[in-house]
Amino acid sequence: MSGDAHVDDPAGTSPPRVSIEDLTKYYGQTLVLDEVFLDVAHHEVVCLIGASGSGKSTLLRCINQLVPFDYGTIRLDGVPIDDASFGKTGLRKRIGIVFQAYNLFPHMNVLENVTLAPRKVHGAERRAAEANAHRLLELLGMSAFADKYPEQLSGGQQQRVAIVRALATDPDVLLLDEVTAALDPELIGGVLDVIRDLKAQGMTMVIVTHEMGFAREVADRVCFLEEGRIIEQGPPSQLLVDPEQPQTRRFLQRIIDAGRL
Amino acid sequence: MSAERAAPPDGSRRAGPRPPVKATLTPKERYLPALISVVSTVVVFGALWRVVTSAENWPLIQRQFFNVDAMRDALPMVWRGFLINMGVWVVALLIIALLGVVIAIFRSLTGPWAAPLRVFAVIYIDLLRGVPSILLVLLFGLGVPALNLPGVTDSRLFWGSVALILGYTAYTSEVYRSGIEAVPDGQRAAAKALGLTQWQVLRYSILPQAVRNVVPALLNLAVALQKDVALLSVIGAREAVREAQIFTARTFNFSSYIVATGLFLLATIPMARLTDWVTRRDQERRLQRTL
Ligand SMILES: Nc1ncnc2c1ncn2[C@@H]1O[C@H](COP(=O)(O)OP(=O)(O)O)[C@@H](O)[C@H]1O
Ligand SMILES: [Mg+2]
Repeated sequence: MSGDAHVDDPAGTSPPRVSIEDLTKYYGQTLVLDEVFLDVAHHEVVCLIGASGSGKSTLLRCINQLVPFDYGTIRLDGVPIDDASFGKTGLRKRIGIVFQAYNLFPHMNVLENVTLAPRKVHGAERRAAEANAHRLLELLGMSAFADKYPEQLSGGQQQRVAIVRALATDPDVLLLDEVTAALDPELIGGVLDVIRDLKAQGMTMVIVTHEMGFAREVADRVCFLEEGRIIEQGPPSQLLVDPEQPQTRRFLQRIIDAGRL
Repeated sequence: MSAERAAPPDGSRRAGPRPPVKATLTPKERYLPALISVVSTVVVFGALWRVVTSAENWPLIQRQFFNVDAMRDALPMVWRGFLINMGVWVVALLIIALLGVVIAIFRSLTGPWAAPLRVFAVIYIDLLRGVPSILLVLLFGLGVPALNLPGVTDSRLFWGSVALILGYTAYTSEVYRSGIEAVPDGQRAAAKALGLTQWQVLRYSILPQAVRNVVPALLNLAVALQKDVALLSVIGAREAVREAQIFTARTFNFSSYIVATGLFLLATIPMARLTDWVTRRDQERRLQRTL
């Protein structure tokens, strides 16, 4: 874990930011997540790696309740995510997610995409929401594109807007699902820079990625998933270099063979 | 990128695309094709006209169908009736556009609590799409007034219009539903993830995209309805066709029908052209997105 993982809580007594316990999920008869345990501390960055179909996306989608799960508990700051105290939208205000395919709303311009949730879900005034949106767009180098429509932007620009949209409700946790996987190689760097900045600002993140070099640099901890189980986890310097489990080693070998490490 | 071409042999580089091979056309090259089109069209249609008008029965046809005096006499009545057609059409369009969305939303709702609405929508669509419009018009237009319900209008025009609205709402809601289903799943996930309620997801993310997907199909239905309003003539509503019928019954001359035909064409041809134009623009937009 990073050195500043417990700045909010020097005594180490408060619950983790996200705590996943015994999470199990089926799609029909298919077991997709199999007794997953995972704690994410305040300001920690956890990277999930694993083959396609191993359940990484499903795990993220369970955390912000985009899909229901069958057994187990997920807590945010110690409170189960299905607790009534979150209300209808409280949880998703505090957990943002960014998808591989950006999923920007094509009929709205950048500013409208970013201000939709603050205004319609959290009741922010238009002026305040737009001021905040402009501030975030500025931070991510997208302020010149506020009135552009998604189809007028490159993939990398769309993905940065999607990150701004997720940040606009000021979440405590950001979930990133292969956010660079759909991008042309020359556009990946800009998006990774944004994530580095977010880490520097102390954002708690769970990142699904195939960019092993990036995972090594930005992760406090890496988890390897296979068939819905966390097979192994540890600091990137250990897990990505000298893993203990044969499955992890095989997976990394495949990645190396594919020239991605 | 596409403007990038091999440099011309003289070594100079052009900025834009190459100009056409021949920049200037001779007058002959420019006007001959148009001239051929005009002349050949005139010749063909002129010949047809000759054949028709030289037919033995042509004077009779002309007197019965294209009688200018009769047309002049019939026009005021038929025009008044046609205004009813247009009025019913516009009002019905607005109501259908709204009701169609409502039924489509019912049909695409998920979750156990929405089951009654979903079932209602399915039954509604099956029933009303499966019955000929003319039967609906007869059932409602003649049936409901015959019930003499207290506090309910017994206007046949009103109830006939209700029948058209109900029938077209079924078609329209299916069109909307296809538009809703064409919106990618990721849009719903993204909207949900932002904390939007199920209703807000529909209102802000799904419906605007769905409607944009189906504008051409909706316009096609609008043109069809424009003509189907004439079905109201079978219940005696005094719209254009009915007025033309009355004129014919009185004078034994069919020119009033030709007047009605002309009025309908004046309204439907521009609508059809508009539909074509919108459809073409829509296709270009889709094409651009996939490039
Ligand atoms: N909506 C769904 N319905 C049925 N099966 C699904 C659905 N989404 C994912 N799955 C299945 O769940 C498994 C895990 O998928 P996913 O979480 O997307 O994996 P990953 O993100 O690691 O590639 C896969 O076998 C996939 O086929
Ligand atoms: Mg995935």
